Amino acid sequence: MDPAITGDTNMETILVLAHTEADGSLAKPALEAIAASRNITGTLIVGLIGADTQKAANQIAGCGAAKFLTVTGPEFSQPRYATDAAAAEAIAKAAAATIIIVPHTSRWGRVAAGVAARLSGRADTHVTGISATGITRWYYRQRMEAQMTRTQRPWLIAIDPGCTVPLECAAGTATTTPVAVTVSSRTQVTGIKAPEARQQTIRPDAKLLFVAGAGWTKKQADGATHVPEAAEIILGFLNASKSSLGSSKSLVDISGEGQAVLPFMSHLNQIGQTGSTPRHAKGLSTCCHGEEPHTVGWRFVNERRAISLDPNCGWARGKADVLYVADAFAVMRKVTALLAAK
Amino acid sequence: MSLTYQIVVCGSLVPDPLQTLEPVTTTAGPALKNETMLPAVLDPWAGHALFEAAYLAKNNPGSKVYFVSLAPKAKLQQVMMTVAQKAGFELIAIDGPASGFTEAADVANALADTIKTIPGLDMSKLLVFGGWESASRGAGATMQLVGEKLGITDQFQGVDQITVAADGSFEILERVEGGKHQASKCAGAPAVLGWATGNLPEPPNNPQIGMANMRTIMPALQKAKPAKIAAEGVTFASVALPKQQRQTKIVKDMSADDIAKEIIAWIQQ
Ligand SMILES: Cc1cc2nc3c(=O)[nH]c(=O)nc-3n(C[C@H](O)[C@H](O)[C@H](O)COP(=O)(O)OP(=O)(O)OC[C@H]3O[C@@H](n4cnc5c(N)ncnc54)[C@H](O)[C@@H]3O)c2cc1C
Repeated sequence: MDPAITGDTNMETILVLAHTEADGSLAKPALEAIAASRNITGTLIVGLIGADTQKAANQIAGCGAAKFLTVTGPEFSQPRYATDAAAAEAIAKAAAATIIIVPHTSRWGRVAAGVAARLSGRADTHVTGISATGITRWYYRQRMEAQMTRTQRPWLIAIDPGCTVPLECAAGTATTTPVAVTVSSRTQVTGIKAPEARQQTIRPDAKLLFVAGAGWTKKQADGATHVPEAAEIILGFLNASKSSLGSSKSLVDISGEGQAVLPFMSHLNQIGQTGSTPRHAKGLSTCCHGEEPHTVGWRFVNERRAISLDPNCGWARGKADVLYVADAFAVMRKVTALLAAK
Repeated sequence: MSLTYQIVVCGSLVPDPLQTLEPVTTTAGPALKNETMLPAVLDPWAGHALFEAAYLAKNNPGSKVYFVSLAPKAKLQQVMMTVAQKAGFELIAIDGPASGFTEAADVANALADTIKTIPGLDMSKLLVFGGWESASRGAGATMQLVGEKLGITDQFQGVDQITVAADGSFEILERVEGGKHQASKCAGAPAVLGWATGNLPEPPNNPQIGMANMRTIMPALQKAKPAKIAAEGVTFASVALPKQQRQTKIVKDMSADDIAKEIIAWIQQ
């Protein structure tokens, strides 16, 4: 057997680290990370970081942790490198952890490797599975999947949200052990900038990912472009279906070059090689050619359908389950009308 | 008071994303089939970091951009032919593999050790830029490790914007979940910024900038020291292409009404 994540003869000390939310609770990615830790044999310790950590410890009192170590204080409510790294480092040292599991949220993604370095360990990030014999992760932007393990300890594993069924356990009253950390930072988090609610088109929890490609802005059968109409159809469908909006690079690049083609689109919507790789149960692509640098971003979209005028587009070559060779303007207008009528 | 920066951009090469990639096993671990033959491009997010660095330097006269790259020397030379025309910088090359299967820690050590040798390096002016994730390893680890090695704890990842104030402080926008940005204010350099796409379009090729850069690029490539980059302690049990190849059903000649009904039924399943 691999030296892997070891069995009974060499029990690991597994530390799961999590931040508390603004209301003091633990969010789903944290509960998933605790659930993932159960695939490894060892002693579980939970480390909690936040302005106040007792509510979170109580929420997971029955998770089987031998200890709850906490770093608490207003300075630890801010997602920023200096304070998050110092808190994680202190808890990991107090726990003498050999395996550290964190959810790969933007907050943990910012510090995961740095924390491992401070502990003279190693980190693996964007992990999609943890088992008794190692981890699963992808290389070259979701093009190839590796099963791997490593001998270095501590080993910090950042697991991507959505890869594990979240922990369900009894709440209770947990006894916590505070860990003292003194740290200051030259950085202050000043807030979150989000598009106005009407234009908030990225919805990570949506069942459906709706992707718009550059075809929406191209000349159509009548020889003219119909961009305002495209915008209206896309927003109409998003509002009716509550799906999340993705885009091809070509479309957001046009929007980004001062042409404000579709004002509700930005690079944050971009799916693919230099965009995101979201997780949704279903995906519907429209007016997009389905080239490889785009479709690598669909790796974790389970069921895929596409509407394109081109029967030979990338989607036709094993990338979509169904390709409708049709005019997306006509089809999506109809889809939205039917949804609205329901 | 005018602000000047030393902006060090870390970036490497990746296979052109339009290429088909296939893993193979070698005695040294996993690699890409025909890796040396695959056409390479500048790692896209590192490219955005470079363009943002050049823009920041232009707006703060007296600033200088260094591009520190660990990559196979011969390939780096090829890629530099186009990259050098897009932004002014001084290349510092390190000769080594650009494979995604190597350890971020080894790469970061080589980069940080090289950055420390830059003559006149001034931490109070230093901004270390790079891509927040590579298109090879895709771990988002290297820049953090470089920062740790240089003792920089003001670090930002998924950066789309930096706005410098007159007092040298700056506001940074970092990507967070749900299509939002986290805004932070940092007192000033030194800082590490792992860039996402940023706000600038790719600059057009400018042969004049290319000529100026080339004067330093060729000597830098000749001087490139080899770095030992490996994956010690790591065992790959397998590296494989995804099995999922779909049997695409191609639907032609169906009316828009019927397609719409089918799509609704599918969405609502
Ligand atoms: C380094 C690098 C990184 C990249 N990263 C990404 C990335 O992250 N994401 C990404 O998306 N791309 C990326 N690309 C670009 C990618 O290769 C493609 O160029 C891009 O995805 C094409 O976008 P598109 O399909 O929207 O546009 P097009 O190729 O222009 O395709 C438009 C499609 O719309 C169809 N169409 C037009 N009108 C209609 C209509 N009325 N109804 C139905 N269909 C219609 C056309 O038939 C056509 O198939 C990258 C490329 C490189 C080199």
